[in-house]
Amino acid sequence: MDYLAPITIEEAVGALASTSDSRVFAGATDLIPQIRSGRPEPGLLVDLKRIDRLTAVTEGDTSWTIGAAAPTSGLTENIAFSRQFPGLSEAAGLIGSDQIQNRSSLGGNLCNASPAADSVPAMIVNGARAIIATPDGTRTITVDQVATAPGHTSLEPGEFIVEFEVDKPPARTGDAYLRMTPRTEMDIAVVGAGARITLDADGNCTEARIALGAVAPTVRRVTDAEAALIGHPITDDTLSAVAAAASAACDPIDDKRGTIAYRKQVAGVLAKRVVKLAAERAAGTATENGAH
Amino acid sequence: MTMIDENPTGAPSYKWVGSRSIRPDGLDKVTGKARFGADLTLPGMLEGAVARSPHAHARIVSIDTSAAEAMPGVHAVITAADLPDLAEAGAKTDDVFMSEKILARGKVLWEGHPVAAVAATSREIARAAVAAIEVVYEPLPHVLTVDEALADGAPLLHAEMITRGVDPAPKTPSNAASRVVHERGDLDQGFADADVVLEREYTTKPVHQGYIEPHACVADAGQDSRANLFVSSQGHFSLRAMTATTLGWPPSALTVTAAEIGGGFGGKTTIYLEPLAVRLSSKAGRPVRLVMGRDEVFKATGPTSGSRMKIKMGVTNDGKMTAAQVWMAFEAGAFPGSPVGAASMTAIACYDIPNFLVEGFDVVCNKPKVAAYRAPGAPIIAYGVESIVDELARSINMDPIDLRLANAAVEGTQSSYGPVFPRIGFVETLEAIRDSDHYRSPVPEGMGRGVASGFWFNIGGNSTATVHVNEDGNVNVIEGSPDIGGSRASMALFAAEEFGISVDRISVKIADTQTIGFNDVTGGSRVTLATGKVVIDCCRAIKEDLCRRAAKTWDCEIGDVEWVEGQAQHASGTETPLSLAELAETAPRTGGPISVTKSDNVRGAGAAFTTQLVDLEVDEETGVCRVARYTTAQDAGKAIHPSYVEGQMQGGVAQGIGWAFNEEYIHNADGTLDNASFLDYRIPVASDLPMIETIVVEVPNPGHPYGVRGVGEAGIVPPMAAIGNAIEHGTGVRLNDLPMSPVRLLDAINQRNDG
Ligand SMILES: Cc1cc2nc3c(=O)[nH]c(=O)nc-3n(C[C@H](O)[C@H](O)[C@H](O)COP(=O)(O)OP(=O)(O)OC[C@H]3O[C@@H](n4cnc5c(N)ncnc54)[C@H](O)[C@@H]3O)c2cc1C
Repeated sequence: MDYLAPITIEEAVGALASTSDSRVFAGATDLIPQIRSGRPEPGLLVDLKRIDRLTAVTEGDTSWTIGAAAPTSGLTENIAFSRQFPGLSEAAGLIGSDQIQNRSSLGGNLCNASPAADSVPAMIVNGARAIIATPDGTRTITVDQVATAPGHTSLEPGEFIVEFEVDKPPARTGDAYLRMTPRTEMDIAVVGAGARITLDADGNCTEARIALGAVAPTVRRVTDAEAALIGHPITDDTLSAVAAAASAACDPIDDKRGTIAYRKQVAGVLAKRVVKLAAERAAGTATENGAH
Repeated sequence: MTMIDENPTGAPSYKWVGSRSIRPDGLDKVTGKARFGADLTLPGMLEGAVARSPHAHARIVSIDTSAAEAMPGVHAVITAADLPDLAEAGAKTDDVFMSEKILARGKVLWEGHPVAAVAATSREIARAAVAAIEVVYEPLPHVLTVDEALADGAPLLHAEMITRGVDPAPKTPSNAASRVVHERGDLDQGFADADVVLEREYTTKPVHQGYIEPHACVADAGQDSRANLFVSSQGHFSLRAMTATTLGWPPSALTVTAAEIGGGFGGKTTIYLEPLAVRLSSKAGRPVRLVMGRDEVFKATGPTSGSRMKIKMGVTNDGKMTAAQVWMAFEAGAFPGSPVGAASMTAIACYDIPNFLVEGFDVVCNKPKVAAYRAPGAPIIAYGVESIVDELARSINMDPIDLRLANAAVEGTQSSYGPVFPRIGFVETLEAIRDSDHYRSPVPEGMGRGVASGFWFNIGGNSTATVHVNEDGNVNVIEGSPDIGGSRASMALFAAEEFGISVDRISVKIADTQTIGFNDVTGGSRVTLATGKVVIDCCRAIKEDLCRRAAKTWDCEIGDVEWVEGQAQHASGTETPLSLAELAETAPRTGGPISVTKSDNVRGAGAAFTTQLVDLEVDEETGVCRVARYTTAQDAGKAIHPSYVEGQMQGGVAQGIGWAFNEEYIHNADGTLDNASFLDYRIPVASDLPMIETIVVEVPNPGHPYGVRGVGEAGIVPPMAAIGNAIEHGTGVRLNDLPMSPVRLLDAINQRNDG
């Protein structure tokens, strides 16, 4: 197994093109455990962390740019970012533990393509875009277009994500992410739910995005739940509709971590709770730290 | 922390015993200097790896090691053919089973069963060589649970196994290895006398001790059929004996050094890698290190038993327990030896019940052979018994503590397993909880509260210690009990107290099997009691010797000399007292080095009881529980080092909380383990637990000079039942199967909601 740590995107692209048996990595918090547990070792490992753009976190006028290999602790500790995206920040803050978060990246979380990846529903509800380096320059796709199945992405061999762009939220908008794990930390989501809600001055929902993790092969947008909210205030009735739509949208598996019935039911519960929390943030009535 | 003194005025007061000295092994551990099992590197050392069965049950048709042996860097490959065939040699059945556990012979009995081992110049090569070993298996049908193993026509693990303890002996073999029974009184009459009789069934899954340090050892065999072994172990003497038996060597041919140990909880009282490492080393002529991965720890080392239990208990309306009938079957794993015997003895030991029948079965199945785990067997059966006791209290509208108080075993009660209890402190633990701030506080809104009790025997056993006064007057204590819970600190405190010198002047070392006399394993909560006793005996003999030396110096009768606060004093006060340092300095002239060794098979262990209280918040929409408050009261007899007593109490509860909610072996239908990692085998993390409040009850054990009982194990006995009881209190839902996971709890809550 060879190791390279290029300092430019071009070098990295070139290195990846040099062999078909290459793999990029950032924090390696997925990669190393997978190799240790017996998955085949790639011939060439390309470390992305020496490339400046890949670890930068920058606030622009209308959007943020987050390096795909930036450690997620850089997001949770960034006060301005965490104020504007409390949900995305808390999703990143759920990954593993402090030690893991000093290594783990959004790029790795997304490209590992686990249905349970915590930051992905939160990125999707915020409409995040992935800037992808290719041998012919860069291209941009939305985050929901990256993972195609557990362990698989739409990236071509030799491509990697350089950075994410996420637009600043409009007024009266809040995001949130909640997950169910048997343990309080160091665990993997049995169900994850992200939401971003925008309210008008009267408290009616004008925009809603809801995404569920760990209940289908890839993160799932729940458009029926979103439709049930648009034009309505956040009430017990609308939240019940959200819960029902979320449960119905699930296509989970039965495994050691949870049953189909459990995942469906709890997806409804978390969808309802996460919408409520996001709406409170949108309305400025949320009580917890990190809210607007 | 609260300390409850049984007799505050009459109890002796100590200067060092009962203080919170700094643990002598602490600095090395927090700075990374301590050497654990995998930390020894020797010149020329090879790295080993073990080939393991992928099948739960299969006949070994052939093993071809030639490709592995031909690989560059491979120095030795062994299979069962490289160990003596103990069955052929006519060894005891248990020894035959032990050797078959180390390396399969003819059949593999669980996924992870070792079939061969390799030593090579690197771990990568060793692993590649393991992969190159060709084993042809003929898979056999397997049984995973006691139900499957006891079913008619079940495939047999051991073709000739006849159930012991059944009269007349069965004519046909089965997977039931043995049966144990305890009975007294007239069961029918007992149930007839009851106003309420409840009957319940409970099941539990195998759970692992979850020690952080995987098994590891380094073996260095010479050409002379002798070997040194450096190993993470709870008992290097018994490990030496077991390893020697498996190798066909005399135990004295092995010198075993106990490494610092990163947790054991009973799981490191047996052998796995050691004979392989010695045999590989003797074959390769070089030292060999073997270290397990976490998956190997889960797959191939002992968890404790899964079980099925049926319990029937009767009580009168005024709270008198009249009868108990307890049936249990415990999974032993691939070879006999579940803790069902201890479980049968502890089942109803908390209570004075006139009529009972307790019956237990030890059942083999295609899982790893179980190993001891903190109060082996007791937590399993206590889950059932303490759950039904709670239901009985509810059904007669009695406070659960009052019901326990009304039936508690006390001094003079004949225990359910035979002996009459001497002074014990069960009642005191119940009263401590009843009178605690926690119990007197109202149950917080939306929470459930549960209480449960537990018993553990504690043991004494064989220990040896040497105490030596250095020429500077500082004291060396040399003992042979691997320190898994802070026992070196307790030994130092005993010596400091006895000599009347600062604990900083005592240095405690755990010596290898060549350097100190025999010691039983660190287990059964025995070390502070038994090894402590021989250390105290050494100190007392040395004090006598010191007084004799002072008398010689002063030319007076020994009866005129007394040892007071670190020095010899003359009764008349006419002589200047002689300090330990002064006596040490003149030792060559007063009789030579000052050193005493004592050995004893220590008796007088005192039973430990505990009562625990939990407040639980249940998220009824997800089934997730949060432990909001937990208080444990335990009778320590005498807390020699209170911090480590509290640590043991809290540690037992922490493991019990994991067992209650999440921990379980999950097997696939093909008999393979589905969760051999800490991600999916969920022991609690720190944020899962509240600060566990401790009440150290001190009812001195009359069998020990300082009243020590032993505190390591009892703490894990009640938590599962306490939590189950709290769940019912909070939700009205009763779970009778462990773990009480979010999935199971939500399912039960749904059923409740559906009416
Ligand atoms: C103890 C522990 C706990 C964990 N807990 C959680 C948790 O709670 N929630 C959770 O979601 N995850 C968890 N994880 C998984 C992991 O930490 C996260 O998925 C993390 O975000 C991965 O980031 P990384 O930089 O370490 O990825 P890496 O391991 O470096 O990479 C992961 C995969 O993505 C690919 N990749 C990485 N960067 C790029 C890129 N820029 N472009 C294209 N492909 C790329 C790699 O080739 C690899 O296939 C945990 C892991 C551990 C070890």
